[in-house]
Amino acid sequence: MLGHGILIDTTLCVGCYSCEEADAARWGRTPTDTHKLSSSLNTAVLQVDDTYVPRMCMHCAEPTCASVCPVGAFTKTPEGPVVYDPDKCMGCRYCMQACPFDVPKYEWNSAAPKITKCDMCHERTSKGQLPACVEACPTGARTYGKVSDLLQEAQKRMQDNPGKYHASVYGVREAGGTSILYISDRPFEKLGLKTNLPDHPMPSLTWAILSKIPNYVFWGGTLMAGIWWITNRRKEVQAFELKLKEMDKRGNGTSNHE
Amino acid sequence: MFTRVLQRLTFWTATFWVVVAVGLVSTIIRFSQGLGASTNLSDQFPWGLWVGFDVVCGVGLAAGGFVIAASVYLFNLERYRPILRPAILTAFLGYILVIVGLLFDLGKPWNVWHPIIMWNPHSVMFEVGWCVMLYTTVLALEFSPIVFERFQMHWPLKVVHAITIPMVIAGVVLSSLHQSSLGSLFLIIPEKVYPLWYSSNLPYLFFLSAVAVGPAMVIIESYLSSRAFKREIEVSILSQIAKVSAVALAIYLVLKIEDLSGMKLWPYVFTFNFEGIMYWAEIGLGVITPMLLFLSPRLRANKRWLFTGAFLIVSGFIFNRLNVAITSVERYNSAPYFPSWMEISVSLMIVALGFAAFRLAVKYLPIFPPAHETVPAAAREVVAFIDVPAERLS
Ligand code: SF4
Ligand code: SF4
Repeated sequence: MLGHGILIDTTLCVGCYSCEEADAARWGRTPTDTHKLSSSLNTAVLQVDDTYVPRMCMHCAEPTCASVCPVGAFTKTPEGPVVYDPDKCMGCRYCMQACPFDVPKYEWNSAAPKITKCDMCHERTSKGQLPACVEACPTGARTYGKVSDLLQEAQKRMQDNPGKYHASVYGVREAGGTSILYISDRPFEKLGLKTNLPDHPMPSLTWAILSKIPNYVFWGGTLMAGIWWITNRRKEVQAFELKLKEMDKRGNGTSNHE
Repeated sequence: MFTRVLQRLTFWTATFWVVVAVGLVSTIIRFSQGLGASTNLSDQFPWGLWVGFDVVCGVGLAAGGFVIAASVYLFNLERYRPILRPAILTAFLGYILVIVGLLFDLGKPWNVWHPIIMWNPHSVMFEVGWCVMLYTTVLALEFSPIVFERFQMHWPLKVVHAITIPMVIAGVVLSSLHQSSLGSLFLIIPEKVYPLWYSSNLPYLFFLSAVAVGPAMVIIESYLSSRAFKREIEVSILSQIAKVSAVALAIYLVLKIEDLSGMKLWPYVFTFNFEGIMYWAEIGLGVITPMLLFLSPRLRANKRWLFTGAFLIVSGFIFNRLNVAITSVERYNSAPYFPSWMEISVSLMIVALGFAAFRLAVKYLPIFPPAHETVPAAAREVVAFIDVPAERLS
């Protein structure tokens, strides 16, 4: 379920930060110049050596954040964006701890804090508009579209410019695939992107255990009840024998009197 | 002698009030200005002392409740009955304090009840939340007879008695579930956790160490309260539950070694960097030493060694949980984390409140068996049994 996404071509990014400004405007925040993801920047352009690397939520096909959140505050929409509902959130910050791309950030200085992250401008894109950052990008370093189309586009750029690109697309396999894709002129670890992620979605790691719970509850409960039944039975028998013995004694006592 | 006792008492009382006062200051800052102003947490380090200690350790340290309840009620080990009530009291207080700690840590504590209606069965946190909720209820019920007894309320006592066994079974199932799930929380971040602490066995390791630490906590509190209230200590019973700890630790160690070999982690063990040293501290002092201590029948029959061993187990346990929750991700986050004085003072306050509540409960409720008790518990039980269901036998 990838829906729509964004293809980021780092070879085209010139570090003008127009996307950061568009992002600030979209969320009604004052722009900062930290150029790092934070509660005031949902997309940031990082400078790594001589290149610029735009970063944002990857909008995973099977989002870790949605899987770990105890109240289900995250939803992967069929259109592609992973959206967050601050009214549900209780602020446990498991999503921050768990996201394989370290995307969710927190309003640490608020007394009623929210998680912040990109939602691919869900309200704009659902009306057929472009995400704000894509619209603002003057060089086409960000392309919005159906993920399948974006993949074709990536391949086309690689074919049209032999030797220019590192021959793979980041986001196709990472953590089970994401709706945001990267192409670049160098291996992705050189851009500070994580390349040690498994190919399978991360939630499968915990689901392997969680899915066993109903079985465990049933068999564990039955086993415990069984153990109790046996030990209790033994206790009953003991008590019963004790009582019999006592009755015997009493019986013998009376017969002796006769 | 008398002045010495007085001095000690005033010292501890004074410490208590200082800890509570500082804790309250931090509490005010925490709730008026938020987590950023009161903690050293950050976007790089979203979980710190309050998750690692107050919640993850707290739940584990309260494990004595289900271990002893299962022994007495399900396995019919009547000789443990004298320590059943202190164990249940600790567990009950422990879970209440965990919930208090959680309210400090949650960004929006007023939403803490949300998992009741907003379900996500894919989330380990959701499962832990539910188990803690249900198990705290079970503990309240298991604890209630003590209160009913104190105030001579007969019919509620009967009701609780009637549901004891199903309650204990539910308690054991719930406990084993969430004790292990606290370990499962970290399963989803394999590439963030330092290899020494990541294992697909995490849930089993967490469960086993909880089983080991439960009795250790019971030993410590029996020891301390025997001193505070000038009671004889139940050495023979405590020495038996020390054996339970030792066995749990032994299985734990086997699993750990299996992990190290299976994932080829020996080089990490013998790299004495920060993580390596923390790992050794945890395993060497907190697992191997007390296990050897408690495997020796002679040592564990001595109350000082009992206390020492139990103290090591508890420290090792806390070390382990903090290592998993904090140390293990420091390298990945490339941001060192050390709790702020406000975080520390809140944790200390919570511990102090726990001690105070335990003391009060022991003083005013029938927690420990009266000192003059001479009839062995097992005999009493058989007598009681013959008394009550006589009509059932006939
Ligand atoms: S990148 Fe992180 S925050 Fe974004 S969808 Fe994936 S898991 Fe969620
Ligand atoms: S911080 Fe909020 S959104 Fe994130 S996992 Fe916790 S409840 Fe869910």
